Parts: sequence; structure tokens; C-alpha cells
Amino acid sequence: MDDEPLRKDRIITDGAANLISRVEELAYELTIDEVMTRDLKAIAPGTKMGEVMETFREARISGAPVVANGELIGVVSLEDLIRALRESNIEAPVGEYMTRMVLTVNARNPLIEALKVFEQKRVGRLPVVDDDNKLVGIITKGDITSGVMHALEYDYQEEEVRRYRARHLFEDIVSDRTSLTLRYKIQHGAFAQGGNASSHIKRALLRLGASPQIARRCGIAIYEAEMNLIIHATHGGMIRVEIEPHRILMEAIDDGPGIYDVDLAMKPGYSTAPDSIRELGFGAGMGLKNIQRCVDDMYVDSTPGRGTRLELRINMQPQESLGDATHKNLTDGGA
Amino acid sequence: MTTLQNIIDQLGLIVLTEGRDFSQVTPASGYASDLLSCVMAGAQKRSVWVTLQAHANIVAIAALLDLSAIIITEGAMPDAASIARANEEGINLLSTQKQTFTVVGRLWELGLRTE
Repeated sequence: MDDEPLRKDRIITDGAANLISRVEELAYELTIDEVMTRDLKAIAPGTKMGEVMETFREARISGAPVVANGELIGVVSLEDLIRALRESNIEAPVGEYMTRMVLTVNARNPLIEALKVFEQKRVGRLPVVDDDNKLVGIITKGDITSGVMHALEYDYQEEEVRRYRARHLFEDIVSDRTSLTLRYKIQHGAFAQGGNASSHIKRALLRLGASPQIARRCGIAIYEAEMNLIIHATHGGMIRVEIEPHRILMEAIDDGPGIYDVDLAMKPGYSTAPDSIRELGFGAGMGLKNIQRCVDDMYVDSTPGRGTRLELRINMQPQESLGDATHKNLTDGGA
Repeated sequence: MTTLQNIIDQLGLIVLTEGRDFSQVTPASGYASDLLSCVMAGAQKRSVWVTLQAHANIVAIAALLDLSAIIITEGAMPDAASIARANEEGINLLSTQKQTFTVVGRLWELGLRTE
């Protein structure tokens, strides 16, 4: 990325924070056998150290398990080899130089177990055994790094690329005034889909580089508007979100039945929702109040029998705006 | 600060969604209500929400509010689609036969507070 050199003196970004916790998560999700090396170069204890050197060189490895009669009895590493070389004793059998006290890890354990051993015992590699204590592989810190990177690449590349692209949208497209409009059709009575539009809008805003605080406020406001359309609007309605770098304009439009008394509808606890809907936990009479709390401006235009248009606006502070100011703005708690 | 793992153990909760390392999840506070708009207004980020609602919408709310977990009381059971959606959104759904009052009392004993 183009901002790479700045990274050191920057405060950690949300993106980076996500990535760190995702790495930790992966250490618990991935199992040792998913990243270990299976192609073992097992060495017999009688093998001469000189031959071990050849094996290491050919296989480009720096250590191998020592196995006698199918049983793991030690590990021989490059350091052991150097010791033998220093003592001009490369004719000696592996048994003389290998490390006997062998720590092992179970193949089915999560990566974190191997990481703990690496951390505590300062070893470079660990033989991996199955439930019957049979040697099935070997794991190094390098295996863990590449395994985690692979998994990260797999599930993060897509989201990262999306975020990266979306975040630069407002910088990359030049106009006197650029805005992005999102539209969602909301069906009457579609409770199971309730919250879909708001989730999508929240995610879109985060991708565009909005602060978590702004995304949350929009999410809550849109959720309530969405549920109002689902519960009250005769034919459902439309949610339209216009995003500009410095402000977000949201509209919820329907064609009926309209609000007879807007002031009354604004009163906390007042609701016209039928009992069947209240039983589901909706119709608390808090919707419009909740929306008002989350936005900077709210405007309700309603004609009984004709429909309702709810207009909401969130203004971003200069340091919160999307686009070129985005990089400064990615730390949570700034608001 | 109590962890979600400790809460699950102490209250004998059933984990309905995918298992993860709950000892790394430290809820910031708690909230109890069955009225969704009240939850929207009152639940803080990273709260544990106690409710007997079990329909798909509770997942949407938890996702929008970044809640730590939902404890569904009195044995109410969300349908498979809701659980799948919770897994997608990374929301922890926990279930218990106990009543909301009891659960809240236990959470308070475990040190969970509202700000």
C-alpha cells in the first residue's frame, strides 16, 4: 500500500486492529495438522552426523525427528550438527548429538498450543503426534506463519480489497460534488429480512472509511426506519441513502397509510402497532425517538392516506469525512 | 472483568452458535428488555443482552449494536435460519431455561454492571 512507510508512527487503525485479532482467532481456529509439514525426513539414531548434514542440505531443512522402531526418541537440529562439526566428529552417530528430551504437540490441537510451547521452551521445531502418540509431522514457527498468512489471505483478501477500493472512491472520482446513492426495497411484513438493509448500509459505510461511531448511528436510524416500513407501510417502501464525503442523507419513503399525528408518533411509548407485532418485541413506540437521537436532522412529511417521507441527515465533522481525510479518521474513540 | 466463558460456565448456558474462545470476550455491560427499540436505545456496545425474544431480528440488532452476546431465556429457541445468520454476523447466541430475572441477578453477581 502507498502509505506503508508512514505506518510506524501512525496510530493503529481499525483495519490493523481487526487483522491482529483475526490472527489471534486463527491461532485458535486452525489446528496443528492443518499447517504442519507431513513429508517427514525421519532419521535413524545410528545415522552418521555427516549423512544428516547431506539430508539437511538436500531437503533444505534445519532439523529432523530421530525415530527408532517407529518411535520418536529425539530431534536433531542444525545446532547439533554445528557442535559435531566443531568437535570434528561428523562420523559420530546421531544418537550422540541429538536432543533427547522431546516435546511434542498433538496434531488435533489448535495452533495456539504449539505457539505456547515455542514461546516457553524456545525450541525451533516440534514433532507432531496423533492420539496414539505416533509421529505424524513436524511444525516450525515458519509453518505457523505461512499457515496463518494463507488463511488470512483467504478470508481477508476480499474484504481488504473491497475496503481499500471503496475507501478511495471519493478521492479517485473527480467532480464538483460526488455522491453515492444506495437504494433498498423494503417489503411489508418481511420480518425475517428486517435489519438487512441497515446491516448492508452499515457495512458499506465502514468500507467507505466512515468511523465506527458514524456507521453505528446510521445503522440504528436505518434499522428503525426499515422496521417502520415492514410493520406499518401498506406496501412496504424504499430506503434511499445518499453518501457524500461530509454528510449522509437518508430517506424512507412509503405510499401509506401515513401518520395521522406526527407529534404523537414522536412521543416515546406511543405506537399504533397491533398486539401480534408487539408480542414480537416491536411497536415499543420508540422508533422515531431512536432515529432522532442518532441523526443531526430529522424531517417527517406525512399525509394520511398518501404516505410518509422520512428524511434524515448526519453531518460529518471535517476529521470524520470520507475520502482524503479518511486516514486520520480510522481510530475508534475519536468521536 | 468477567469473561463470556465464565458467564457461560456459571449460568450453565447452552451455546447455540459456533464455538469460539469465549474467554477472550469480555462483555462491557448488560441490558435486559424484550422491546427491540428499547434495546436499540439503551444497550451499550459489547453488552450482554438478556431477552426471551428468539426471532431473527434479535440477530440484526446485536450486529448493529456490536453486542457481545444474547442470552435467550425461558428456553425460547431461535430457528435454524436465525442461528445461521448469527454465525454469519459473528453474534453469540446463548440459551437457558432460567427466567430473565434470575439471569440478570446472576450476571450482576458476576460483576457485570451498566455504566
